[in-house]
Amino acid sequence: MAFIRVPEGVPGIRSLAMFRPETGQHLYALAQVLLRGDSPLTPAERELIGAHVSARNNCLFCRDSHAAAARELFGGQRDVVDCVIENKTSDSISLKLKALLNIAAKVQLNGRAVQPEDIGQARHNGATDREIHDTVLIAATFSMFNRYVDGLNSLTPTEPAEYAQMGKRLASVGYVPPSESQKQ
Amino acid sequence: MAYIDLPEGLPGIRGPMAFRPETARYLNELAEVLLRSDDSTLTRGERELIATYVSYLNDCFFCQNAHGAIAQHYLQCDMNYIDKVKTNVHSTELSLKMKSLLSIAASVQKSGMDVTSEQITHAQSTGASEREIHDTVLIAAAFCMYNRYVDGLGTWAPKDRNIYVERGKRRAEEGYIDFDLYKFN
Repeated sequence: MAFIRVPEGVPGIRSLAMFRPETGQHLYALAQVLLRGDSPLTPAERELIGAHVSARNNCLFCRDSHAAAARELFGGQRDVVDCVIENKTSDSISLKLKALLNIAAKVQLNGRAVQPEDIGQARHNGATDREIHDTVLIAATFSMFNRYVDGLNSLTPTEPAEYAQMGKRLASVGYVPPSESQKQ
Repeated sequence: MAYIDLPEGLPGIRGPMAFRPETARYLNELAEVLLRSDDSTLTRGERELIATYVSYLNDCFFCQNAHGAIAQHYLQCDMNYIDKVKTNVHSTELSLKMKSLLSIAASVQKSGMDVTSEQITHAQSTGASEREIHDTVLIAAAFCMYNRYVDGLGTWAPKDRNIYVERGKRRAEEGYIDFDLYKFN
């Protein structure tokens, strides 16, 4: 049970955004612009970075919901998601994306863990300033979301089917605060 | 020098914010609600202190000094007091409630799963409300983001801690939405 009285039966960050819509609206807007807005990285790649950081933070709600979104968005190449979550290497992940996932993993530890060599490796494989920026901010943002979700012990569903459904919703409509989606 | 090509001369988070205003907007809106909104029962000084403490635990020089200076302004204390909160909070005269909230913030800094139901019960026994617990967790989590954004891109920050103190009052007054990114001085 969550540490604070959030709406019953509502999972993860959604329940927290309903508890405090004033902060929830900005968290959803940030996720929308970071993961769906203009970027040289595809929404699938960005969801994968989010799932990767969440897996490393052991945040099961964020890991499984964003992995599900990434699977939807990767379509036929969805196997890469399982490789990244299980920390296995795969030839279907580009060297550039591998280097960016490595930067995200460093950010997960601490911002200061990112070394010039990590950036050099990403550049060597073709990453631009914008891709490096977006990777660092996505990883930093999930370091927040994961702590928010688990720090208040919010509801984490265990049924894989629930996450598959969340993945479909995130892939098709993106990040809509609960207050707005209720109006729809 | 920062890892990516940022506008020159902007310290800390200001460089990345100028680089990408689309995300900066929501980062600032979030900070404004969390740290300055009037509908909180935690004072602005208390909320800045939580931000400073987490930034210290994350070893983020820019954030701990920028927010430490704002806390110092609100709490009308000196830098020694802020440093005492960071390094030995139990030796301070902070309320039991603030001490219990800072303990929750320190757990959040490590991992969300580090927060225990005992810590929550303890905070409630010292008078903390659910909203205060929520806001403490989210402030701590948000600073785990801001700190990583600042350091993960290798941004530059002034080394002299007094520079931040001199600017604390203005930073406190201008807030996180209506300010000129390009005007640090």
